[in-house]
Amino acid sequence: MSHNTVPRSAGEAKNPARTPAASGDGDGEGERKGTRARSRDPKRAGRLSLRLRFRRDRTLLLMALPAVLLLLVFNYIPILGNVVAFQEYDPYLSENGFVAIFQSPWVGFEQFERIFADSAFWHAVQNTFVLFFLQLVLFFPVPILLALLINSVVRPRVRAIAQAVMYLPHFFSWVLVVTVFMQIFGGAGIIAQTLRQHGIEGFDLMTNPDTFKYLVTAETIWKDAGWGIIVFLAALSSVSDDLYEAAAMDGAGRWRRLWHITLPALRPVIALLLVLRVGDALTVGFEQLLLQRQAVGVDASDVLDTYVWWNGIRNQDFSYAAAAGLIKGVVGLALVLTANKVAHLMGEQGVYKK
Amino acid sequence: MTAVLDKQADERPAPKKPSPWAAPPRPVWEEEPSRAGLASKGLVLGIACLAILFPLWVVIVTSLQSKKTIDEAGGLVVIPKGITFVAYQELLSGGQVQRAALVSIGVTVVGTLFSMTVSVLCAYGLSRSGSLGHRWILMTLLATMFFGAGLIPTYLLVQALGLTDTYLALILPSAVSVFNILVLRSFFMGISQELIDSARIDGAGDWRILWKIVMPLSRAVLAVIALFYAVGYWSAWFNASIYLTDQDMMPLQNVMIQLVQKQERPVGLAAQVNTGQLSSLALQMAVMVMALLPVAVLSPFVQKHFRKGMLTGAVKG
Repeated sequence: MSHNTVPRSAGEAKNPARTPAASGDGDGEGERKGTRARSRDPKRAGRLSLRLRFRRDRTLLLMALPAVLLLLVFNYIPILGNVVAFQEYDPYLSENGFVAIFQSPWVGFEQFERIFADSAFWHAVQNTFVLFFLQLVLFFPVPILLALLINSVVRPRVRAIAQAVMYLPHFFSWVLVVTVFMQIFGGAGIIAQTLRQHGIEGFDLMTNPDTFKYLVTAETIWKDAGWGIIVFLAALSSVSDDLYEAAAMDGAGRWRRLWHITLPALRPVIALLLVLRVGDALTVGFEQLLLQRQAVGVDASDVLDTYVWWNGIRNQDFSYAAAAGLIKGVVGLALVLTANKVAHLMGEQGVYKK
Repeated sequence: MTAVLDKQADERPAPKKPSPWAAPPRPVWEEEPSRAGLASKGLVLGIACLAILFPLWVVIVTSLQSKKTIDEAGGLVVIPKGITFVAYQELLSGGQVQRAALVSIGVTVVGTLFSMTVSVLCAYGLSRSGSLGHRWILMTLLATMFFGAGLIPTYLLVQALGLTDTYLALILPSAVSVFNILVLRSFFMGISQELIDSARIDGAGDWRILWKIVMPLSRAVLAVIALFYAVGYWSAWFNASIYLTDQDMMPLQNVMIQLVQKQERPVGLAAQVNTGQLSSLALQMAVMVMALLPVAVLSPFVQKHFRKGMLTGAVKG
């Protein structure tokens, strides 16, 4: 009996400690009175002059400066650098590649016209979407199912070991994951080796373009499905035991409790992750595909990101590749915003609040 | 308070701590687990873990076998026959792989320290709400999560800055992760304001508060974020492949691509392989083990804190 009271009262005991966190997150500058340091009381802050506020907060600003500078240099300046997409950029016009931007001729939307007329581009788009949908259908449910499974394991040691094993591949590099898959499914891998001993030659999934999309999905599942558990486990651990007890008292069995309590508790998390995934639909494993490009061929492995890499870095056709990258960036942004809108319409929170 | 008392009352009849292997007492309302259910759960869990561990087992075992065993097995070895460290001795006796490993360690250590410093400072700088301009700075950070600059302009910039063929090209462009800063920030904001205020009244400035109060209280999340950064640097290969042209500068992952994926001969230690004393397969597997070992050893230590690092973050304005 007392088993039930422990977690609840423990939760209550924890709550006061959390309150400052919750109020700190609110961040409202004018609307909230808190236990702020008096010098930064938002009510009074309004009355201080800008100069005084600067003097008061200059240490904080100084601390934020290095990160902001790095982001300005390596994120914002390159965003401006996207203007080369509207040029016929020639890096040899000047000693310095960035100065060359100012000397290159403007060509308007010519690069985009070239891209839209290129069948290889449309092929890359097609591959991107095929891989995205395949991963959505085959990858997305796996962490949810694994989390339900792990959550039902009650022995603490078994649970910790299973989690440690499943988190592990997330920390491996793609180079390692691809080479590990080579050792299993490749032409010199363990399966091919066993088949050869039984007289069956020629097994090699790593170079088979027909099954490549499934191979890529399998690699993604192997690497990241276990890591995906964490978010769901956290959502599951926040479900109150009382709900389960009450349901059990009302005669709900295991599966009904799963359906009516556990799954609804996961719904916001599932919605959020779906939004994030759809918003990121155009990114389907750049490094992973680049590493396998040579083995399996361009037809099967070319996606938008590798298309940009090939045309820009390999062929040095910078303007053309930058235009392709810009298309991806803009469509990607539209996808994130749309996915969020849909989440809000469905009554979920999405990535950012309304 | 009551919780503590309840717990003590609960444990009094059984003074021994329950074994972590044992199941805790089942609540009265829960059904007895069925044998079939337990068995199928164990089976699925076992298969999932095996799918992860078996390939690693094969790689590690093969790296420890002599050429004779490998030739007998016709390639990869599943069941080991004896252990030899020849492959590792060979790799660590100088030459390409040893240098690459040192490069990787150096980039990872320096990069992680740099990234952590920049991120922790920025996270603290933005964590005192009501401070001047923190909303603007936050917006500047958040915007980068929605619109990436793209590969080509970044590449042109790194070239224009003259970073090609320097190790800075492996660190600077990816030094800050906005997500990590947000995780740190929201953790810092959860630290009791009273504590910080009392330190301020005692005369501590922001540097001191960060160093003496905020950071010691955030060890768990600092460990997780440091691990994320370190793994990022250790695993990176793409930037090296486009910004470095000098083969001698390449980090371990890039050397692994050359040796294992493209089956090239390692430079500087082909002698033993050619004379037939050492299997080149064992060498390849040893390179893979070197790449996976640091990660596999470190991550379980930080495991119990992962949830903090993953969740306190989320995106909050």
